[in-house]
Amino acid sequence: MSTAEAVTTQVRKQLVLTRVARYTPWILSGAAIVFALLWVLVLAQPCGDTGCTGTQTNFGSAVHDPQDFLATLLDGLTSAGVYFVVASGFTLIFGLMRVVNMAHGAFFLLGGYIALKLQRAFVGQDSAFGLLSSQVHFWQWLVPSLIAAVCIGILGLGMQQVFLRWNQGQELRQALITIAISIILADQMVAHFGAFAEDISWPGVLDRRLDLHVAGVHYTLTRLFILAVAVGIGLALWLWLKKTRTGMVIRAGVDDRQMVSALGVNIQLTFAIAFFVGSALAGFGGALGGSFASLGPGVDGNWLLYSLVVVIIGGMGSLGGAAVGALLLGLVSNFSSAYLPGNYTFYSIIFTFVLLAIVLAFRPLGLFGRPA
Amino acid sequence: MSLASNELRRAPGIAIGLGILISATLAPLIFDTYWISFILTQVLLLGVAAASLIFLSAYGGMVSLAQVALYGTAGFVLGNVVTTGNSKGLNLGWHPWLGVVLGIAIATAVGLIFGALASRSAGIYFLMITLTFAVIANLFFGQVTTFSGFGGISGVRTPGLIGEVDTHPNRLYYAALVVAVLVYAATKYLVRTPFGITLQGVRDDPVRMSSLGYNVPFHRMIAFGFAAFIASLGGVLFVWWNGHIDPASIDLSSTIDLLVICVIGGLYRLEGAWLGALVFVVINNYIRSVPGLGHIGLSEERFHTVIGVIFLVIILLSPGGLMGILGKGHELAGRLFPGRQVATSAAPAATSRRANGGPTP
Repeated sequence: MSTAEAVTTQVRKQLVLTRVARYTPWILSGAAIVFALLWVLVLAQPCGDTGCTGTQTNFGSAVHDPQDFLATLLDGLTSAGVYFVVASGFTLIFGLMRVVNMAHGAFFLLGGYIALKLQRAFVGQDSAFGLLSSQVHFWQWLVPSLIAAVCIGILGLGMQQVFLRWNQGQELRQALITIAISIILADQMVAHFGAFAEDISWPGVLDRRLDLHVAGVHYTLTRLFILAVAVGIGLALWLWLKKTRTGMVIRAGVDDRQMVSALGVNIQLTFAIAFFVGSALAGFGGALGGSFASLGPGVDGNWLLYSLVVVIIGGMGSLGGAAVGALLLGLVSNFSSAYLPGNYTFYSIIFTFVLLAIVLAFRPLGLFGRPA
Repeated sequence: MSLASNELRRAPGIAIGLGILISATLAPLIFDTYWISFILTQVLLLGVAAASLIFLSAYGGMVSLAQVALYGTAGFVLGNVVTTGNSKGLNLGWHPWLGVVLGIAIATAVGLIFGALASRSAGIYFLMITLTFAVIANLFFGQVTTFSGFGGISGVRTPGLIGEVDTHPNRLYYAALVVAVLVYAATKYLVRTPFGITLQGVRDDPVRMSSLGYNVPFHRMIAFGFAAFIASLGGVLFVWWNGHIDPASIDLSSTIDLLVICVIGGLYRLEGAWLGALVFVVINNYIRSVPGLGHIGLSEERFHTVIGVIFLVIILLSPGGLMGILGKGHELAGRLFPGRQVATSAAPAATSRRANGGPTP
């Protein structure tokens, strides 16, 4: 064999190795995703009557038990709805102003508490165990939620004008300021609203099960309502950003703030509007999340986590990204807790991390993220 | 400028450092047991954890919120390995020093994984991603009953060298002091090695370093691993000191507390770690004795409101924290008395530049 041939084989070998190294993560994650799908759809075995052993799961595969599969799917979609409402506000503010609003979780919780207290005041019958849904009319849910959204919008606007406006561009400093505000807000909320978990009551008209006529699923109407509200908010935001003049300025501002400002647009007004809408979405999300789950100390941190995960997966500043991120988070968290082997369902939190890790490994800026 | 005058300019700093070290060594003779066992030991171990954050922020340009989670990981591993059956977790009942080694090794490995995932982002993205890791770690230890569960692990034994913390508080104090000094020295040494210089290059201009052929994500990952190592030392000390670790020790509020310590001390100077920890712990312990606070609705339980306001004021006034204020005072003194050869070191200038947004990713 000549020297040239030897070098050629050497180079070929290295090329193959490089290719293997490059595609290994793709192949591994692809295999993991395919296995997860197969597991949920056909492979999972249901637990016996005496309890779960080995890798048996609570429900069994989708083929075996389509009813629970469909219910889990709907659970995933509806949680994704709330995640989207909360995270869309976060991503709107970040996309335009590059402000990471770490007080978003505290805004969520405060919005929830405002809606809760208003609802109790409207209904008038306060008891230690909260209100029964039969006591609550639809407007007694909707009006408190909208007022909470407006209050939180004004609070966010105030925070932006007082603390953030004058240090535009100092991203870390702004993030630290919002962290300081979230510490103060969280502590004051414990002082004023107590340390016990409470929840907002759904109105009586929504609090029932609906026969879907598919595989015998009876599903709670409140969760379907959440999904409808989330889709409605998503559509409204999309129309606002795509079709109106303000939306056009915001989209231009996301791409190049200075240029928009140089063209004579009052960018400060646009910032103020975006901050108001973004915070109001957190407040409304708080009312929605407070009815869907509960309100209490520490809840703000969980919802900040959901917002962060959603926008990190979807790409910061992208509305479509927030929708996709919320869907992935909702589906992965619900399916992992339902379809892990029965004795190990508490490991489901790892799957949120795995989801994040897979996305970050391939797209460090998120699925729809663009460099700043 | 000659080398000799350079050395001369650093002399006041060295003198202050030696003074602090000597008084810290003699502290058990001066202060009562409460101060030693409760306040100063806590300051030293929180300072070690804070130093891991400040190292990343000052020399790597990465503000990480995952340090408390890593410190907790070391603590949980230690707890799982050394307890003997009376507690939650695995209860392996192995030798205490083996627990320490495993705790540090596993936390460092987890740190390298976190670092590898977060290393391609910087600045504000890094803050968000590491915060996510922190919250996930907290939920993990809260939910997975195999390793801890909600109640946490108690009754963690210390090695014979440290002994019972209640009866021999000074031993743990000196252990924490030794670790703190070693961490400080090792970090100061590391940032002067070629690796440390490259890391500072990556902090200042990742794009240029990348085009010069340096592997930017790799340097960030290794720096993150080193910081995880320091944080895990803090975690081991914390578990020895506390005897107990539970998910609440690493929750969002504790994560933010460590950030508060670093910001109060100064995110751009390593010394700020212990200064911030001292201020934090002292405020936490003595807030009830401040006259007049009760009249404006602030009491001991509202500690976090007070600390939040202090945090806010410090960010608004001096992004470099207390060390930044000290540095500015030093600079001012140099300007007012130019005859005195006062060091106007490069650090405050660099601080203000980075605080003003710094290199955007």
